[in-house]
Amino acid sequence: MAADYGEVKFFGAGGSPFARRVQIALKLKGIQYQHFEEDIFNKSELLLKYNPVHKKVPVLVHNEKPLAESLVILEYIDETWKNYPLLPQDPYQRASARFWSKFIDDKCLPALWKAAWTVDEKEREKGVVESYEALQYLENELNDKKFFGGETIGLVDLAANYIAFWLPLLQEVVGLNLLSNEKFPKLYAWSQEFVNHPVVKENLPPKDRLSGFFRARYASITANSK
Amino acid sequence: MADEVVLLSSWFSPFGMRVQIALAEKGINYEFKEEDLRNKSPLLLQTNPIHKKVPVLIHNGKIICESLIAVEYIDEVWSDKSPLLPSDPYQRAYARFWADFIDAKMYQPGRKTWTTKGDEQEASKKEFLECFKLFEKQLGDKPYFNGDNFGFLDVAFIPLHCWFQVIETFGEFKLEEEFPKYFDWVKRCLQRESVSNTLPDQKKIYALACLRRKQFGLD
Repeated sequence: MAADYGEVKFFGAGGSPFARRVQIALKLKGIQYQHFEEDIFNKSELLLKYNPVHKKVPVLVHNEKPLAESLVILEYIDETWKNYPLLPQDPYQRASARFWSKFIDDKCLPALWKAAWTVDEKEREKGVVESYEALQYLENELNDKKFFGGETIGLVDLAANYIAFWLPLLQEVVGLNLLSNEKFPKLYAWSQEFVNHPVVKENLPPKDRLSGFFRARYASITANSK
Repeated sequence: MADEVVLLSSWFSPFGMRVQIALAEKGINYEFKEEDLRNKSPLLLQTNPIHKKVPVLIHNGKIICESLIAVEYIDEVWSDKSPLLPSDPYQRAYARFWADFIDAKMYQPGRKTWTTKGDEQEASKKEFLECFKLFEKQLGDKPYFNGDNFGFLDVAFIPLHCWFQVIETFGEFKLEEEFPKYFDWVKRCLQRESVSNTLPDQKKIYALACLRRKQFGLD
């Protein structure tokens, strides 16, 4: 029933993995919301009003109360709508989920971006090494679980969405082989489960558009370095 | 069965102090193991292999790293006393957002204000003051950043106060003139035993900073 959700506005941007984390969570929980699609190169007045501190997507506005930062929003969503829980009940497992989500944002993603986008060869190499380290930690943490959350998608799976969907497209464009079945079989299997999940599948950006974006960016970076 | 709680930290780590204050608020007995961060113990490296940092909380053998995560863990395990996070989900999100802001936006510029010089220092100082101003504004007319009661966001922020004298001195500015509300809040927090027993003497921190600056070749 729409009335149970209150007024929910979601500000996203198609290619943003952070925004998609929230979008997938909203869909998993079956929450009715109004979608505002942002052009990150031409941000709306409304977005800037709701997120003056960071001026970024995603933003969730619930009954006119704005929220920003994807992991903060995910926890809010989980605490407000209790179906399809994203976090376990046990405090230690919750701490663990928070730790790995933060690890992905603070260590893993920056390493991947360093490996992909740095022109300087030495820095790039460092990025590759750091990426392998980070992915190995996630491989070990996942172990034999279907999802990081266990049988269902959880906070860490959502945080890792970049690895499952964006990274394979990115590595193809920039000529890297970071995530593969050979190197990280468990993480690779997880990525397939994740992107093929019926709800997730419907809430990912179109591949060709994302690849096109990566190609354009890569071309401009390598052109500028010459 | 008695809980076994161990905290690996350093006396000057504001992140460690957050965990100390949280444990004290809950009245939890624990063993404090002082780490020499330039000669990290095998226990630290084993319990926090990814970041190799303090603080590390060990509760009945369970390892929790990252200060804000440890504070939330403490709040959830010992939920019967002195709640640190509000019960309302929006207020909780607010607290988490601004705690993240401290770490993501304020801490590094603050640190660079006393560990760098020249243009880098000037830029860091400017960034720090902008962030501080924005954060301080959140206090409004509330007694605490967390609201009516001392809580998560106050625990996240108050330890940095003992480093602010260092930042002010080497950044050559005075916070007290421009931010009287902030200082009222500090006095209010220091009235709590958990805070006054945890925060080290600012003079000791200052002496440490001077030593570090010499080691960095700044003085």
